[in-house]
Order: sequence, then structure tokens, then C-alpha cells
Amino acid sequence: MHVADRSNLFDRLMEEAQSLAPADTREQIVTAIFQTSAALCRETVTNAPKAAKDHTLQIDRIVTSRRWGFVIMLAMLAAVLYMTIAGANVLSESLAHLFGWVEQYLTLLFQAVHAPHWLYGLLVLGLYRGTAWVVSVMLPPMAIFFPVFALLENYGYLPRVAFNLDRLFKKAGAHGKQALTMAMGFGCNAAAVISTRIIESPRERTLAILTNSFVPCNGRWPTLILLSSLFMAAGYTGSWNTLVTAAVVVAMVLFGIIVTLTVSWVLSKTALRGIPTHYTLELPPYRRPKIAETVIRATLDKTWYVLKRAVTVAAPAGVITWVLGNVPIGDTTALSAFAGWLDPFAKTIGLDGYILMAFLLGLPANEIVLPVLLMGYLSAGALTEIDSLHSLKHIFLAHGWTWLTALNMMLFSLLHYPCGTTLVNIYKETKSTKWTFVAFALPTAIAVAVTFTTARLARWLGLV
Amino acid sequence: MINATYTIALMGNPNTGKSTLFNVLTGLRQHTGNWPGKTVTHAEGEFVYRGIAYRIVDLPGTYSLYSNSADEEVARDFLLFERPNITIVVVDATALERNLNLVLQVLEMTDRVIVAINLIDEAKKKGIRINTKKLATKLGVPVVPMSARNKEGIDELLKTVDAFVHGQLHPTPIAVPYSVEIEQSIAKLLPLVKEIVGDDYPARWVALRLLDGDTSLLSALNQQPPRLTKEEAPYACCGSVKSV
Repeated sequence: MHVADRSNLFDRLMEEAQSLAPADTREQIVTAIFQTSAALCRETVTNAPKAAKDHTLQIDRIVTSRRWGFVIMLAMLAAVLYMTIAGANVLSESLAHLFGWVEQYLTLLFQAVHAPHWLYGLLVLGLYRGTAWVVSVMLPPMAIFFPVFALLENYGYLPRVAFNLDRLFKKAGAHGKQALTMAMGFGCNAAAVISTRIIESPRERTLAILTNSFVPCNGRWPTLILLSSLFMAAGYTGSWNTLVTAAVVVAMVLFGIIVTLTVSWVLSKTALRGIPTHYTLELPPYRRPKIAETVIRATLDKTWYVLKRAVTVAAPAGVITWVLGNVPIGDTTALSAFAGWLDPFAKTIGLDGYILMAFLLGLPANEIVLPVLLMGYLSAGALTEIDSLHSLKHIFLAHGWTWLTALNMMLFSLLHYPCGTTLVNIYKETKSTKWTFVAFALPTAIAVAVTFTTARLARWLGLV
Repeated sequence: MINATYTIALMGNPNTGKSTLFNVLTGLRQHTGNWPGKTVTHAEGEFVYRGIAYRIVDLPGTYSLYSNSADEEVARDFLLFERPNITIVVVDATALERNLNLVLQVLEMTDRVIVAINLIDEAKKKGIRINTKKLATKLGVPVVPMSARNKEGIDELLKTVDAFVHGQLHPTPIAVPYSVEIEQSIAKLLPLVKEIVGDDYPARWVALRLLDGDTSLLSALNQQPPRLTKEEAPYACCGSVKSV
């Protein structure tokens, strides 16, 4: 009885306290403490004028300020993407030329030894052409994007990004550290899911896991960059073209972040209710990275890794899709039969059967979505020699693509279910079939809803 | 085993050399385990200085005492319920401003505090100079510069501990001035806090935590049996903790 009395008294005390407390009590408390500490330090600590920490502090005053933080972040992202797109255009053209030139000699070789037609089709038109397309389309943007991103990372800019985003995540009812795990997701969602271990509260950790795949990973950057440069800036030329392309990709990333925050907010008000916990984020001093080493590391570790994954999966996929594309079922082929079966649904969300098939076959890894799509199109008869990126666009146009198809594919790529590896990691981390299923179903539902709406809206407005 | 007369709590942000200091002070006389019911490592040891035996508890490294995590709850509960005779807050001289945030929070809970400014050698290398005398005056508690790694400043720290337990020091800890809004709310809430929670706990601090909506503090207070007498030994649970 005595204990019960105490409980009641404590409840009364808490009620009283809450009625007295201003809405932003925590902010006011923390501000007062921080100001007192700062005042104490001003009076007792003297820094040598050339202290390295000062330099960091001055930069941080600007790049983490409320006014400039976001502007600088967006400008940085846009600059990195601009460099990537401008450089990749040139490189992709040259690579495509090179591969086209080699193919002529391969063709001559096959003719010289009187190889059977099916062998030529399988090896040159299937395997070689598919792989060549993948390399010339994916290698250049990766070879520029990853090293530049790694340089930014090693300078110590990423923790500042997390710092800036912290406010937003807290407002969304999530943990500020989710900004960090989201930043990891720009590299690889599978790794980022494991990195959510830094979030202690299970509620906030689940939020971070469920929303991680809404930011584009290594496997999806090339798709976004390529489609944006082929279709989104078609009306512009020269550096304007590059600028618009970069702007569209930045918009995609922003949209992904907005979806992340919105989904976090909705979940934190419904299935995962609770108040965000506070934490301290240490901003490491800026360091000039070893530039050559960073570039080489990024190229070897990331670019080479992603390309290898794409090619090793794409090469056999090229053969398989070529075979499927040439195996007759009735008066059509196995491939077009499958794509045709998916087509009605795919059309309602502004895609087509081949694109949806590519996403389905691309479940093991996002890197192979674009390759599988190309193989599918190439094997379906629209055989295009590789000579320039224009011919790549012709492949798409020949299959009825418009800017809307490209936009919807970008949106679907951004929002759809996480790759197989990520799902396995989610299961390992949550030990729950339910949350793993949610992690699959929730993004898929959002992807379908968003692309459906976009397609409807564009048609309704008569834009297509 | 020594029957320790006084208990010292070691606090500080992570990576301030807290455990280095703990090892220097206790040598091999340590016990480690877990805090009861928590997955937080518990380490304590003993040492003797000028004929007095001390029990020293290495609390988990924390940035605040806002009960954000199990670590912070363990540290808070220890200060609140075990009431160590002295709390040494270890701070990183190269990042004093951030570390002082914790010091200020500890000073709201207890005045029996020594601030140990560790890594003073590294700070010197970076060109950071700290006026420790002035800082001690401002904070209202003793401040000892040291380098636990090089065993510098240990003796001064121990002398300060000795002076503390002999009642030769009279701390007058700084009170963080909060906004008018918060101060008014504290003033209104204080009588009720004193009435319900009692005088055994730092009332201003409790009021502040309640305003912040710290429910974990209330449940901790609720689980604690009400203190009957003020004379009760503050380290009464010493034996039970050790046996874990």
C-alpha cells in the first residue's frame, strides 16, 4: 500500500512538472549548459593562434550553420554529380567507340572461321555486346563519382552532413544517428543496415532499417545518372545539358530523403511510436586525405567491385537472356512472353514489361537491373551496334520510351524493395520475418504508388 | 580485502583516459563484472592513501546524464543512490568545452567533485593552455591538471582527495543559469519535489529532470526504498555490488 501511495504521488509530481515545462525544455536546458561551458572556456582556455582545431571550428561554423548548411550540402552534391556526368559523357562515348571497333573485328573473325550463326549470336550479340554496353555505360560514372565522393568522405564532410540532417530526423520522430546510417546507404544499403547497430533504441533502429533503401546505393547511381542524362535534359545542349542532368539526380536524392523522413514520421506516429532519444555526435577535425591513395582505393574497392559484380552477373545474364530471347514459344520467344505477361501491370505504373522483368531479375543486386534490361531489349530484335550513346537512347526509344518512362524507372529504382543481400542482412539484424517482410513490402508499395501517380498525372495533364 | 572507508566514483566522457587513471590508482586490485540487471561493464578497485582505504568505481563513459542509454542510467543511479563520497570527473584537455557539459551536469547532482583535466600533455602540444586555477574558482570545485598515461598529476589528485575527506575543502559549485522560463518552473516545482521526493536527493536537479520529462528517473526513485535516516551509510550496498 505504501508503495502504491508513492507511485501515485510520483505520477502527480510528473503531471505537475509536465504542465509547468515549456515545449522546448530539452533545447533550453542543453543551450544553457552549452553556453555556460563555452563561457567558462572563453575565460580559462587560450589557444595558440595556429591551432589546427580552430581551422576546423571556423569551417564548421559555416558548413553546419542553419542558414548555409543545407545550401552547401546540395551545392556539393550537385557539383560532384556535375563532374561525374560531364566527365562520364566523354568517357562513355570513347568506350562505346572502342567496343564498336573491336566488334567489327570479332565479326570478321567469326566470318573467317565460318562459325555457325547461333554461336555468333550467343557470343558476340549476346555475351560481348551486352557486357560491352554495361561497361561503357556504367564504368565512366563510377570511375568519377566514387573517387570524388571518397575524397569528400575522407576530408570529414560526411559527419557534417549527418549533423545537418539530425534536426530533421529528430522532427520525424527518428534518431539523429539515422542520418549517419542513411549516409552509409549512399554507398551500400546492405552495409548500412548493419551500421544501424549504432542506434541503441530498438524502435529507432527499426525505423532506420526500414527506410534505408530510399537513398540510392552504388548499384543504383549509374542507373539514375544514365537515364537522367539520356532523357531528362534532352532539350538542352552543352553544359546546360549536364547541369539539368545533375539537377534531376539531385532532385531524386532529395526526394529519397523526403520519403525517408516522411515514412519515418508516419511510422513513429503509428507502428513504432515513441520519442527520439538524444545523442552526442563528435565532429572529427578536417583532414586533408592522401589524395592519390584515396582515388586509387575508391577505384579499386568500389568502382572495380561494382563493375565486377555487374559484369560477372551480366555476362551469364546476357547469354541467358539471348537464349530466352531466341527460344520460340508459339510464335513468340520465352523472354517476350514473360515480359508480355508483366506488361499490362507495368504499363499502369508507367514502365514496361522488360523494365519490370529487369527489376525482378535484379533482386540479387541492383547493379544488374540496367544490364538485364539492355540484354532484354537487344535480344528482342532491336539489335543495335555499339557506336555511341545515341544508339543506346535509340534502343530505348525503339521500345516506346518517353521521358516519363525514364522518370518512372528512376523513381522505381529509387524507391523499390532493397536488394537480396540487404534483405538477408535485415533478417539477420532484426531476427524477425515480420520486419523483413515489411522492409520488402513497404518500399515496393511506395514505389508502385508513386510511379502509378506520376504516370496518371502526366497523362492526365497531357504531358505525354 | 580492505574495508574501504570512502567511495570514489570515476566519471567522464568516453575516451578521456578514465580507465587509464583507474588502472594507475588501483593497480591490480580490481574486480570487474556487470551492473546488476544491465549489460554495462562494472569495474571497481581499491587503494590506500595516507592510511585511508578507498573504494573506487569506474563508471561507464557518458556524454550526459540525461538517461539516454543504459550507460547513462547506471552512472546517474550511482551518483544518486550510492552517493559516493567523492566524484572525480575526468575531462579531456583537448576538448574541454564539450567535456565541461558533463561536469556541469554532475555539479548539479553533487558538490563533492574533483575535476581531473587529463591529457594535459597533448593539449600543450596542440597549443592549448588552460588556466586551471581560474577554472577551479569558476566551477567552485578543485581542478587538477594531469596526464594519467605519464603518471603526472596523480599525487596532486590524491592530495586533493585526502583534503576532501578531511573536510579541508569547501566546494561552492557553479549553478548553470537557465532561461527565465525554466527557472520559474523550477521554483514552482521545488516545494512539491521536496515534499514528495524528500531532502535526500538534489531537489533542483530532480525538478529539472522532471521538467525534461525524465520518466526513467522517476521509476528509479520509485524502486528505491525511501531513506529512513540521513545517517545511513552512503556506501551500504558496497558488499552486494562486489559479490555480483
